[in-house]
Amino acid sequence: MNDVFRQFRDFFVSLKLTVVLLILGMILVFAATLDQVNLGIWAVQEKYFRSFFVMWRVGEVPVPVFPGGYFVGGLLLLNLIAAHVERFKFTARKSGIFLTHIGLILLLIGELLSGLWQQDFQMKIGEGETKNYAESPRLNELAITDTTDAAFDDVVAIPEALIARGDPIQHPKLPFKVVVKAYYPNSMLAMRGADSGPSLATTGIGQRVAAAPQPPTYKPDEQNIPSAFIELVGTDASLGTWLVRVPTQDTPFPPQTFSYGGHEWKIGLRSLRTYKPFALTLLKFNHDVYPGTDIPKNFSSRLHLTNAESHDDREVLIYMNNPLRYSGLTFYQAGYDGEHTTVLQVVRNPSWQLPYIACALMSLGLVIQFCIHLFAFIGKRRTAVASA
Amino acid sequence: MKKYLPLLALLLALAMVARTLVTPKNPGAFDVNGFGRLPVLANGRIKPLDTIARSSLLQFQGRQSVTRPDGHTLTPTEWLLDVTCNATLADAYQTFEITHPDLLALFSLKTEDGAGGKRYSFNQLGPKLAELDRQAKLASPVESAARTPFQRAVLQLYESLIHYQQLRHALVAPGREDFLADLMTFQTKLPAGVAAVHAKQAGQAHDEAALTAMTEMGEQFMEMSESTNLLVIPADNGETTGWKTAGAALLETFSRGSVAPDALAYAGLAHAWRLGQADKFNELLRLFQKELGNRYAPELAKCDAEARFNSAAPFYTSMTLYAFAFFIAVFSWIVWPDTLGRSAFWFVAVAWLVATAGIAARMWLEGRPPVTNLYSSALFVGWVAVAFCIALEFFYRNAMGSVAAGMIGFSTLLIGHYLSLGGDTLEMMRAVLDSNFWLATHVVTVTAGYGATALAGFLALIYVFRGLLTRSLDKPTADSLARMVYGIVCFATLFSFVGTVLGGIWADQSWGRFWGWDPKENGALIIVIWNAIILHARWGGMIKQRGLMCLAIGGNIVVGWSWFGVNMLGVGLHSYGFTDSAFFWLTAFVISQLAVIALANLPLDKWRSFAGRLSAPSPAK
Repeated sequence: MNDVFRQFRDFFVSLKLTVVLLILGMILVFAATLDQVNLGIWAVQEKYFRSFFVMWRVGEVPVPVFPGGYFVGGLLLLNLIAAHVERFKFTARKSGIFLTHIGLILLLIGELLSGLWQQDFQMKIGEGETKNYAESPRLNELAITDTTDAAFDDVVAIPEALIARGDPIQHPKLPFKVVVKAYYPNSMLAMRGADSGPSLATTGIGQRVAAAPQPPTYKPDEQNIPSAFIELVGTDASLGTWLVRVPTQDTPFPPQTFSYGGHEWKIGLRSLRTYKPFALTLLKFNHDVYPGTDIPKNFSSRLHLTNAESHDDREVLIYMNNPLRYSGLTFYQAGYDGEHTTVLQVVRNPSWQLPYIACALMSLGLVIQFCIHLFAFIGKRRTAVASA
Repeated sequence: MKKYLPLLALLLALAMVARTLVTPKNPGAFDVNGFGRLPVLANGRIKPLDTIARSSLLQFQGRQSVTRPDGHTLTPTEWLLDVTCNATLADAYQTFEITHPDLLALFSLKTEDGAGGKRYSFNQLGPKLAELDRQAKLASPVESAARTPFQRAVLQLYESLIHYQQLRHALVAPGREDFLADLMTFQTKLPAGVAAVHAKQAGQAHDEAALTAMTEMGEQFMEMSESTNLLVIPADNGETTGWKTAGAALLETFSRGSVAPDALAYAGLAHAWRLGQADKFNELLRLFQKELGNRYAPELAKCDAEARFNSAAPFYTSMTLYAFAFFIAVFSWIVWPDTLGRSAFWFVAVAWLVATAGIAARMWLEGRPPVTNLYSSALFVGWVAVAFCIALEFFYRNAMGSVAAGMIGFSTLLIGHYLSLGGDTLEMMRAVLDSNFWLATHVVTVTAGYGATALAGFLALIYVFRGLLTRSLDKPTADSLARMVYGIVCFATLFSFVGTVLGGIWADQSWGRFWGWDPKENGALIIVIWNAIILHARWGGMIKQRGLMCLAIGGNIVVGWSWFGVNMLGVGLHSYGFTDSAFFWLTAFVISQLAVIALANLPLDKWRSFAGRLSAPSPAK
């Protein structure tokens, strides 16, 4: 074994590395907690935990200032595995420690996987309404729909990320090219006055309404409302430029219609949708409060679930601390919109069982190790007292 | 004599407890305590009026006793009787604490105008209420974290005054000379009045005077109903829904044709109280209680128990006993280690049992596991830490456990006292927290982790102070302290880890994700990591005894941050229950702990305990 290798190995199996990584991890968690006040919980996760380095922008250049979650967690994982392979001799006396660390390895892997796989969606359903899709709370898409056939809609959905990039988009299903003239990640609407300059929009609502870019918000109770000016260019000429915006409660912004090539079309920006093989109908939403107060006691949604593929046709009840788990998804009561509309959070996390296993192992390991020490201590005290 | 000292200490402690268990006597001829046991539905919970009186006073002025302008001292319930039944008298009592100088200036008041230099009466504030209202409207849209101290003081006083108005309108109409007589007249004139109303609606000739009397009383009832949130009139069916304010019950007179008997009973009690007719008051109260007993026997029994609990004030007794224990235990290091050590132990044991009884009583009253809000977490952190101290003292018998118990028991109960100033501490659980299973497992274990981590820190403080300032930290003592700290850190790791994990599982159960990097989750994680750092650094030989102590003191900072600091960020799913002045105290606490860590790093020849022994190789590196 040569020296370099030995040094390398000694570095990775050392307890010093463990302690240093733990300290780095603690500082990272602390800084991320503080930064939530500025960035909000989602941006913080991206910046601090789902990254190799925490970047600070100096002018336009991102500079790494601190190891990120992947870096610290990854090294900790290596350190743990290496130490166990190299140093650890399994004995009954150390069985607890061993179990604890195996659990920890699983926990780190689980967190990594859920970071990679976990998806969050929302379903907002009014009483009596049926929905077979979930919407992303943060991501949006440009939907161009061919509505010529009354029986079904043919939708081409372009993710917001592609719009943000700004390159012209030619989709095989569309007889025209999609050109992004402008894109605002967050925007405000205003009526166009006499003194406003010429609008980018040449057709539709955009001729009367102006969209102004806004700095992106990170507050937990606010949402970024993107707008874009989209030009559609046919084979010979432009069809026009539309202003599109994600509709909100206060400013509805319905999709705009136009005809081209003998087909009827709709264009609009909306929350990113994923369609499901099942449908949920909200039968009743309840918001209970304690008598004589407005302290919420419970929120509950009674829904009807139908799925033709799996022959499901039944009622389900979702309430606080009692989500519905169905087809790999977890539906939980996240909020409400008025007294008759429920907001369900829909989470897909294929590795959700991993933390349970990891935690069971770790807790068992700690309890075993603890009991070993405690009994040894009590035994020692007994002999000490007896001999005194 | 010296031999009997521990026994004497035990008897003294028990006597102090026994004194609080005596049934409280009425302050005069009136059965004030009986009135205090009457049930009311407020903030979602049926509780005795006694609790309303005490928590209101704590909210207004940070203390429960009231002194009348003539110097006579009132019990909380006597004060509530005056506020609800004889408001013009109560308006002159100085019960509103104002300390912010600008707020005083707003009312053109000086500190010498107030009782104790800081408490003012409703009458003193009266002339400038419109201005306070305007200031409150200016301050309330500002985000709570961004408010200036002045704005906070304005809003706090504003809320207190709103609450005071709610009390004034709870039982009778505050402006009326004799509300009972008014109700009687109203009752007799009711048929004529109703006939007049119908006649007017039908466009026929009607008795204008009867009509006016009806409208006037109707408006009075409406004002009462809208000005209070205390549901004092129980439902007819013995349920917890359907309770009403006195005003709402009186408004129903129009539809039911007679005044609701419970509302009439309160008017009668108010009448007798105002006129000083103790016999009538007591007789009416007895009949009213008997009648309520037919519908609400279990609730009345609970209200009785809660009023007794309030008057016994177990946590106050416990706090006093902890203070005694601390001083006796410290003295045991100087003289009579065995005798005084055992005396201190008895004080700790009795104090802990009293706290246990108090926590158990709260659990029974609330029907919940021990920790439901920040206040109860303070009680529980102290309880867990002292339980560990008792175990340590049992094994080591060197008074370390008692000193730490006295210090930590006293300070957690003191924190609890300040947290109780926000109002009734037996709160209803908000929807997502309404789960006894998770409250009993996750919350209890995490809180126990806080307690254990803090205890390790306090033991380390003892090590540093004894070693630096006295010569008493000899090698066996230092070694046993180090073993204690290490053992407690192990416990702390176990509890905080298992607790955090259970929290993750709860989050997965209710929110569909195990971990969300929410501030409170991160806080718990930091405690786990910190304890893991201590253990691994010690196993790897990176720290010795002093390093262990420094890290354990650092644990205090970490606990302070996770327990209170994260709530101050005002973000995340767990941000609840937080008082602004806590920020100052948290900062001060963190600085003090850092200072001790710095002191601990003084060279060993500055340590009085080690200076003499430096020539010999010392384990304390």
